[in-house]
Amino acid sequence: MNNEERIKKVFAESLEMDIKNITDDLKYNSFEWDSIAHMALIAALEDEFDIMIDTDDIIDMSSFKKAKELLKKYNI
Amino acid sequence: MLKNKVALITGASRGIGKATALLFAKNGAKLIINSKTKTDLEKLAEEIRTLTNIEPILLPYDVSCLDEIKNTFNFIHKEIKQLDIVVNNAGILEDALLGMISKSNLEKVINVNLYSVIYHMQYSARLMQKKKSGSIINLSSIIGRFGNEGQTVYAASKAGVIGATMSASKELAKYNIRVNAIAPGFINTDMTKSLAKDKFEERLNSIKMQRIGEAEEVANAILFLASEMSSYVTGQVIGVDGGMIV
Repeated sequence: MNNEERIKKVFAESLEMDIKNITDDLKYNSFEWDSIAHMALIAALEDEFDIMIDTDDIIDMSSFKKAKELLKKYNI
Repeated sequence: MLKNKVALITGASRGIGKATALLFAKNGAKLIINSKTKTDLEKLAEEIRTLTNIEPILLPYDVSCLDEIKNTFNFIHKEIKQLDIVVNNAGILEDALLGMISKSNLEKVINVNLYSVIYHMQYSARLMQKKKSGSIINLSSIIGRFGNEGQTVYAASKAGVIGATMSASKELAKYNIRVNAIAPGFINTDMTKSLAKDKFEERLNSIKMQRIGEAEEVANAILFLASEMSSYVTGQVIGVDGGMIV
């Protein structure tokens, strides 16, 4: 499984969504992705990749596409 | 009472922080101790080693510097992988009457006493959420509850700690993370030693128990909040003040 697939899987599990619906268009504050789910998603991404995400990046992570970009900073 | 628990204590080299570190060590906690300077921490570490078999982790950093806080929590996340208790104790006291409050005084006190507490709660909550348990204890003050002449800035910072504690406790309860505050009264520490004799007497006269409190007595209340003895206590402000009236 490549990194994008791993990120997608974490999104699907954390947001309790069908993996088919995890696309670049998926945005924060849509579907089940509210602020509470966002913190659970961050925790799951941190666990999956054994990283600690900066607060600024948590705030900036406004879409699936953006998440992939931001996670590159952590060599993902 | 704290066996296998990892505790971070800020401002641990003196006063209430030091008493708390020694008490936690006696109770079996794995300690991460913070102070601004390493020399102070090394002295405390020596005392802890003499008293117990515990080898504390020393983290000298400025609690008001966000980058240093980030580095601390990255270190805890990567190297220790566990955090059960955080005691946000580091604080400063700078008095100024209204009309004489400078911007730098205001920023310094709010940075150290309030911003640092919020930042530490934010980072520690993220680590604790993974384990779905934790206890955060924030040091407020009787002055934060009732105010005092010449202490508008200090009181605002410590009242802010109470507000932050109450909100965080509501937000984090679902993760089994408890957040409480301690509001010490007149305690025998370096912070109160500098008071003039007449002011000192005036303060003593306002205490129903007619004596100054000891740092160890505050540490006992902190231990209660850190331990499973208080497993159903959250969002509380416990006064440790001998019935002081301000």
